[in-house]
Amino acid sequence: MSTFFAMNGYGFYVWSAYGAAALVLAIELFALRSRRKSALEEARLTVPEDAGNPAEGSV
Amino acid sequence: MSLNWFKYASPASFYPLAGKLIPWFGWSAALLALVGLYIGLVVAPTDFQQGDAYRIIFIHVPAAWMSMFLYVVMAAWSALALGFNTRLSAMMAQAIAPTGALMTFIALWSGAFWGRPTWGTYWAWDARMTSELILLFLYFGVIALRHAIDDPRRADRACGVLTLTGVVNVPIIYFSVQWWNTLHQGSSVSLTKAPSMAAIMLTGMLIMSLAAWFYAIAASLARVRVVIIERERGAAWIGGLTEVRNA
Repeated sequence: MSTFFAMNGYGFYVWSAYGAAALVLAIELFALRSRRKSALEEARLTVPEDAGNPAEGSV
Repeated sequence: MSLNWFKYASPASFYPLAGKLIPWFGWSAALLALVGLYIGLVVAPTDFQQGDAYRIIFIHVPAAWMSMFLYVVMAAWSALALGFNTRLSAMMAQAIAPTGALMTFIALWSGAFWGRPTWGTYWAWDARMTSELILLFLYFGVIALRHAIDDPRRADRACGVLTLTGVVNVPIIYFSVQWWNTLHQGSSVSLTKAPSMAAIMLTGMLIMSLAAWFYAIAASLARVRVVIIERERGAAWIGGLTEVRNA
């Protein structure tokens, strides 16, 4: 197992690359989740427009 | 057949469709990434020249490909939005930008940590790396411009023009290794000649590319749903959504 992580002496470079990639992906997913949460909350608090608004179906 | 493709050009009908597609793309991406990482980190043998440093290829090349591809897709949506004034196209362009920036960052970062052991430097101002850095700044510029303009429809147009102007950078990135004498190597994989790498390494790289592709689709669809809620809130159908009422 430790030989796997050592990567024959290149462990620092390989895991710095893979670790950063995993980290930014995790950050994106977390940011997306919290942005969705606040968007949903804000939408709930927004007073709906009058009936018959054209949003549905319009491009 | 009276299938109406324009039906899905409306945010109200695209929102639930995107919601149904996200788990398919998301789980496919996760599965492919597991297989690709297993091949790349365990099955594929050590390279006789670069040792195990070459294993960075399994994230570097997929991320670099996606960084360029996503920009072109973002530009295509922007062109549609500018040409036909369709809201959803502009929202798609808006939703892709952060994932594109993320892929560009991964390509640059992993490239730096691959360059150090193989070339002796993290960074060089060669044409490939510089144009890829410009791509990152283009993504940042589009995102910043969006935040700087309050009216979303005006922001759509401004971001669309900026995106379309910047698309000229993509062929420059792609052909930089042929046009200039770069520290960065030429492409190992192309459509016209046999790939210059072992089959198992190529397999791992292509599976990781597919994973990156599906991830980008899932993330963009998830973000476009959030953008739709942000921009259409107040519309009756948004107020009627279960997730809004329970928020």
